[in-house]
Amino acid sequence: MRTTARTSRRATTLAVVAALATGLLAGCATDADDGGSGGGSGGGAGGKGGTTVTIGTFGVFGYKQAGLYDEYMKLHPDITIKENVTTRTDVYWPKTLTRLQAGSGTDDIQAIEIGNITEAVQTQGDRFVDLGKEVDASQWLDWKNAQATTKDGKLIGLGTDIGPMAICYRKDLFEKAGLETDRTKLGAMWKGDWNKYVDVGKQYMKKAPDGTKFVDSASSVYNAALGGEKERYYDKDGNVIWDKSSGVKASWNAAMEVATSDMSAKLKQFDKPWDQGFANAKFATVACPAWMLGYIQEKSGKSAEGKWDVAAAPTAANWGGSFIGVPKASKHQKEAIALAKWLTAPEQQAKVFGKQASFPSTPSAYGSLEPQAATTKFFSDAPLTQTFSDSAKTIPVQVFGVKDQPINTAITDTGILQVEQKGKSPAQGWEAATKEVKDVLGQ
Amino acid sequence: MNGSDQALARSASSADAAPGDQPGAARDAHGRGTAPRKNGGTSAWRRRLYRWDMKASPYAFIAPFFIVFGAFSLVPLLYTAWYSLHHVQLSALDQQTWAGLDNYRNLFSSEFFWNALKNTFTIGLLSTVPQLAAALWLAHMLNYRLRGSTVWRVVMLTPYATSAAAATLVFVLLFAPESGMVNWALDLVGLDPVNWRESGWGSQAAVSSIVVWRWTGYNALIYLAAMQAIPTDLYESAALDGAGRWQQFRHVTIPMLRPTILFTVVVSTIGATQLFAEPLLFGGVSGTKGGSEHQYQTLGLYMYDQGWMVGNLGKASAIAWSMFLILLVVAALNLLISRRLKRSSR
Repeated sequence: MRTTARTSRRATTLAVVAALATGLLAGCATDADDGGSGGGSGGGAGGKGGTTVTIGTFGVFGYKQAGLYDEYMKLHPDITIKENVTTRTDVYWPKTLTRLQAGSGTDDIQAIEIGNITEAVQTQGDRFVDLGKEVDASQWLDWKNAQATTKDGKLIGLGTDIGPMAICYRKDLFEKAGLETDRTKLGAMWKGDWNKYVDVGKQYMKKAPDGTKFVDSASSVYNAALGGEKERYYDKDGNVIWDKSSGVKASWNAAMEVATSDMSAKLKQFDKPWDQGFANAKFATVACPAWMLGYIQEKSGKSAEGKWDVAAAPTAANWGGSFIGVPKASKHQKEAIALAKWLTAPEQQAKVFGKQASFPSTPSAYGSLEPQAATTKFFSDAPLTQTFSDSAKTIPVQVFGVKDQPINTAITDTGILQVEQKGKSPAQGWEAATKEVKDVLGQ
Repeated sequence: MNGSDQALARSASSADAAPGDQPGAARDAHGRGTAPRKNGGTSAWRRRLYRWDMKASPYAFIAPFFIVFGAFSLVPLLYTAWYSLHHVQLSALDQQTWAGLDNYRNLFSSEFFWNALKNTFTIGLLSTVPQLAAALWLAHMLNYRLRGSTVWRVVMLTPYATSAAAATLVFVLLFAPESGMVNWALDLVGLDPVNWRESGWGSQAAVSSIVVWRWTGYNALIYLAAMQAIPTDLYESAALDGAGRWQQFRHVTIPMLRPTILFTVVVSTIGATQLFAEPLLFGGVSGTKGGSEHQYQTLGLYMYDQGWMVGNLGKASAIAWSMFLILLVVAALNLLISRRLKRSSR
């Protein structure tokens, strides 16, 4: 061994240099970027189509699940649709941004999440086709269109789903805690103010069944409350006003009430333990946008059937939703526009709702919405369509900003979490969030 | 140079004579030895070609690596340096304004950067030291005659073959504060539960445990391979002198393994400096923050957060370059220590 010490040293040095150089940027790689495709093969009559239109989406959009691609290909035998799915939004969006700017590699249709729509409108407006001339924009809710419209009036994305809010609650736990279980009466109890909802939580905790809490997390209350506020992190002129915003203050205070009392299960949403929380009935309520219904149903399991119910949220609020736009770099613009129009038309949105419970952004679809029988049964025959449509129609127009999403993450995942999980005071939490937001804004 | 030339020449001519060559090529090979007497003109050309072949082909053979290296490492490296001197947003790549050292100044005055650097160091220490110690011990045990030794070795390599994502997801469940198995076990022993995600040391230990679990077996196999190259008579004579297993391990195995240990230390240090996937996935939905107080945010995570989540590409590039420089310093330190060690062992 000793004789080879020198060569091994040289080899080591070489290995170090090589590894350093190759590794420097390797840190950017992630595992979650799994491009999958679907829809193209099962086309039946439309299988052999001449033009392939690709659509880039993230997560589960429900188009494939609702059979829309197959249906479209049957109607248009010369078109083949290929969906490129990226599981995670935080992987999908940076990738899409760089491709848009490179002017190549984009799909013919690209989905845009609500948290990114302002960035798209303000920085990528010129790279998308103006769809305003192609569609009858009055089909959509006004506030939905407003979010995708540039300053000079171009509509760069067509609204897909929205996230009108309700409160999903476990009737059985409420009963054990000696609370009101009727959805209309409950809705009336906390109507108009999230603090009233917190008060119900205090009542619940007095006689809470063993091992259960009132709500899953303080952050969910914050997000839900903020979803109903007009003023968020930016003003109309694009200035950051997050630390002065009345909406942020009110939502923060409600969240602090939750975080500093004992009513939160202190779970982080969409984490595995949160999923388990549903399965083990760890919390009695969760603020649920329409798209969360399917999630709750799946994670809670069969045994929870009929135990969940849905009441109106304190304020009409929106949480989530997406758009689809056609990049100018699209190779089949005409076909892509036609497909995007068709996919977001009221009839198709209603079909997606039937399958995926993604709530339409086109009010004319509301009359014909039919939730799946299993979902209705699961949520104690609550009038889902009615509850969510009522909320959808009264949601205020909200102003979004370029860095809305990272600011929101800074507040929920740093500020609120520190108070909730580490026992810091609300003032300390706010200070931590402030530092974080400054980091986000590069100040 | 001469020796290797000859070696190359020998292998070249033997290749020429290999079966399956075209007849013309075979004649060439013969001609090479006899040509000078008969065909002066062509053979001079041939000789020149041959000399060129000798000189150029090695470069041609290694070129693919360096071309790939240039395209995917060197160019990005330099481009990152360029970005780090500009204000660039991910959403407006074509709008770059000269920033000079602003990004670096911003970085060095940011407590998040120093925090990430500190975390990278502590998590690196927490994962590398136990990992290598355990690997050494495992390899030593496996080096004795065992029944089914292949099975043990394969089993040891399994964690390494598991994807970081899958492993981390399992560990997240094990370390869940409310329902996790680790806290359940602590409770059995009568200890207080730990919030493995939000407490400082707890979260770092949890992240480190994933790294240790994944890489211990891999390093153990490297050690094992090196151990098997140690002549058995060394152990025999040590045993004759009355040395027990522990003494054999200390006085025979460790000194003989020194270069290998050094190699694994270097590789693990680099791995630790670039630690990314484990803390990212451990953090769940917003993993790039590394916990509410950034308690397990590593440099890699901070870079990713700045570049792709927040969109400050200029600052992210500055982080990337700082990481690169830190690694160079670490590599230099390693070199220095290894030299010291060698001198002392002589």
